[in-house]
Amino acid sequence: MATKRRASAVLALLMTSVVVLAGCSGGGEEAAPQSELYKDPVTLSWWHNASQDGPGKTYWEKVAKDFSALHPTVKIEIEAIETNQLQRTRLPAALLSSDPPDIFQAWGGGEMSEQVEADYLKEITDQTKTEVGDIGSAAEIWQVKGKQYGLPFRMGIEGVWYNKEMFAKAGIAAPPTTFEELNTAVTKLKAINVIPIAVGAGDKWPAAHWWYNMALRACSVDALKKASAEKNFDDPCFVKAGQDLKAFIDTKPFQPNFIATPGQNDPTSANGMLANGKAAMELMGDWNRGTLDTVTTDKAKLASFLGWFPVPAISGSPGDPKAALGGGDGFSCAKNAPAECVEFLKYIVSPEVQKGYAETGTGLPVAKGAADAVKDPALKSILEATSGASYVQLWLDTAYGSTVGNAMNDAIVAIFAGNGTPEKVVSAMKAAASK
Amino acid sequence: MTSANQIRMPAGGASASPAGPHRAGRDSARRADNRRKWYEIIGLTTPAVLIYVMFVLVPMGFAVYYSLFRWRGVGPPTEFVGLRNYTLAFQDPIFLDALRNNAIIVFGSLLIQGPIALGVALLLNRRFRGRAVFRLLVFVPYVLAEVTVGIMWKLLLTGDGTVDALMRSLGMGGLVQAWLADLDVVIWTLLAILTWKYVGFAIILLLAGLSNVPDELTEAAAIDGASWWQIQRHVTIPLLGPTIRIWMFLSMIGSLQIFDMIWVTSVPAVRSLGASATMATYMVDNGFFARLWGYGNAVAVILFVISFVAALLFQRFLLRRDIEGAITGRAK
Repeated sequence: MATKRRASAVLALLMTSVVVLAGCSGGGEEAAPQSELYKDPVTLSWWHNASQDGPGKTYWEKVAKDFSALHPTVKIEIEAIETNQLQRTRLPAALLSSDPPDIFQAWGGGEMSEQVEADYLKEITDQTKTEVGDIGSAAEIWQVKGKQYGLPFRMGIEGVWYNKEMFAKAGIAAPPTTFEELNTAVTKLKAINVIPIAVGAGDKWPAAHWWYNMALRACSVDALKKASAEKNFDDPCFVKAGQDLKAFIDTKPFQPNFIATPGQNDPTSANGMLANGKAAMELMGDWNRGTLDTVTTDKAKLASFLGWFPVPAISGSPGDPKAALGGGDGFSCAKNAPAECVEFLKYIVSPEVQKGYAETGTGLPVAKGAADAVKDPALKSILEATSGASYVQLWLDTAYGSTVGNAMNDAIVAIFAGNGTPEKVVSAMKAAASK
Repeated sequence: MTSANQIRMPAGGASASPAGPHRAGRDSARRADNRRKWYEIIGLTTPAVLIYVMFVLVPMGFAVYYSLFRWRGVGPPTEFVGLRNYTLAFQDPIFLDALRNNAIIVFGSLLIQGPIALGVALLLNRRFRGRAVFRLLVFVPYVLAEVTVGIMWKLLLTGDGTVDALMRSLGMGGLVQAWLADLDVVIWTLLAILTWKYVGFAIILLLAGLSNVPDELTEAAAIDGASWWQIQRHVTIPLLGPTIRIWMFLSMIGSLQIFDMIWVTSVPAVRSLGASATMATYMVDNGFFARLWGYGNAVAVILFVISFVAALLFQRFLLRRDIEGAITGRAK
């Protein structure tokens, strides 16, 4: 017999939130004119995802305090919520109600365009021209149809994090630049009895990112843009991505039983394997520097062997070898948030605040002036690769929205498990788009 | 209980006092008692009924309503699609896997826990040294939170973890599996963990039932020359019937709605491949993570209907005699 409080709790949450919402409809819209800025006392509610105690959380507290000190009429109430809860339940429910938080985490892409369609977000194109100019093309992820609805504070591309000592021991002279070289490196690492690549397929997305990169190499930039904008996945390059991935998986580069390995946050995860010298490589985003630190048993040793290189190119494929996958974190203001919200948003991305953010080591800053504050050599190489990238494609699951993204990730994981096919990934994406 | 009973009860209570009131006074006292009783009923049940309606019935109504829409949880639901979400669910092989897994857990729990619990309960019902300690030990896993148990077993069962090492040192290395990673094994691993946790609950229930079996009957059987086994087989176990059926009922409903243990112990990839998904985890994975709110509601309604029908059938055919009068009306 099993008591299943959780299931009923989740059900009740879904339903009660819905009851609460039923009574609420869109409130009036009274944006304060610019001249009234900082005249009346306002309280901004701020929801972000730095929920774990650490430099990230502490830094946002400091930022809020500093802003209130600069503008005494503004009081900021922070609520730090774990990412999944924030993104999947708290924010959607709060946005449906008439009382959403004023400023909250936004990941851009497909989800943001749905939010804009539902008229949840404040358009900030005119107020943030300077900031967008400073941030550059990364700010486009927080645009919908050319209009700005949010600003990023963290942005980076993904690549392969690797163990330099193991590479040296296996006789790999330089980080691979093509998949052929990567395959050779895998063989050499196996020869010295090392797990070549750790993948946290248990969490689905870390495995799916391998397919994203295959798609990035197989597809032209036009095909990728079309897929994001129109949810059109007819281009044969998406099937090719699955075929390339299957061929790569068949070379057995990953640890055994990867289907149950979690991605990060504990020593048995793919992250933990790289951090503790049990695997030589891991494909992961720029935040990995911070998460590796939390799962390693020896931070100094980790710092001494950790390196980073961009995802290798596939020779002869139409994809741009200098294109990269990336994503970031940003904030948006709710439609009816006070005008001070936009000012606070601008403050968060100002070079000074960004410099402080970079110094926390939790992610890469977006403001140009903050780049000097990045000290870690691996992070520095990501920063260089990011500015050198010809095109940055947002994580495909974010770009296509949760529904298509989730179905896509599931189908990719099936390839990893040995019971999926390249064609099924595309058909699952198409089916989900109509679900 | 008839209304006559209700009226008589307070009067009967009054007659316990030595006072002997006049007939007319007794009538008006009876009416006042009656009125007070209704006030009590209304006063005491209203909060519960209100909460029940607001947080159970109304949300259930909303769930049915939302299940008829194609709705992503952004803006109000507007795209009415009728029963399409229900059709989609039954066409999804992963949902069918979830149904199969729920069935495995329902029947697996009954078939494995039942005999174990009965045996252990009969054993613990005998007098021997250290009985209290044994009773405590079998009940400990049930007291632990499901999430705690899930994480504990997840750590014990990781590749080359404690369980694997223990089995190898016992010479059973050949039996070592990828307990939580092998798609054909994981549901049985989960069933084993659930058994470990919930068999204690069955044992405690049966022990309580056993203490209600009158000693006179077993003594009489013993005097007639019945062996211990014969007494258990022909006297004790038949008298345990109501307890066993109640346990089966609770176990079945719990197994149908199982969520926590699966969610914590089994990683998302293994769930999404159908190997360990249950209806409840499927609902959350699709409703929240794929943001198919209308679809998620449809799955919730399916889960509700299946549990409800199973509960009704069970009550109609197996629990009828045990709860006669309380729910099913008077015996004919």
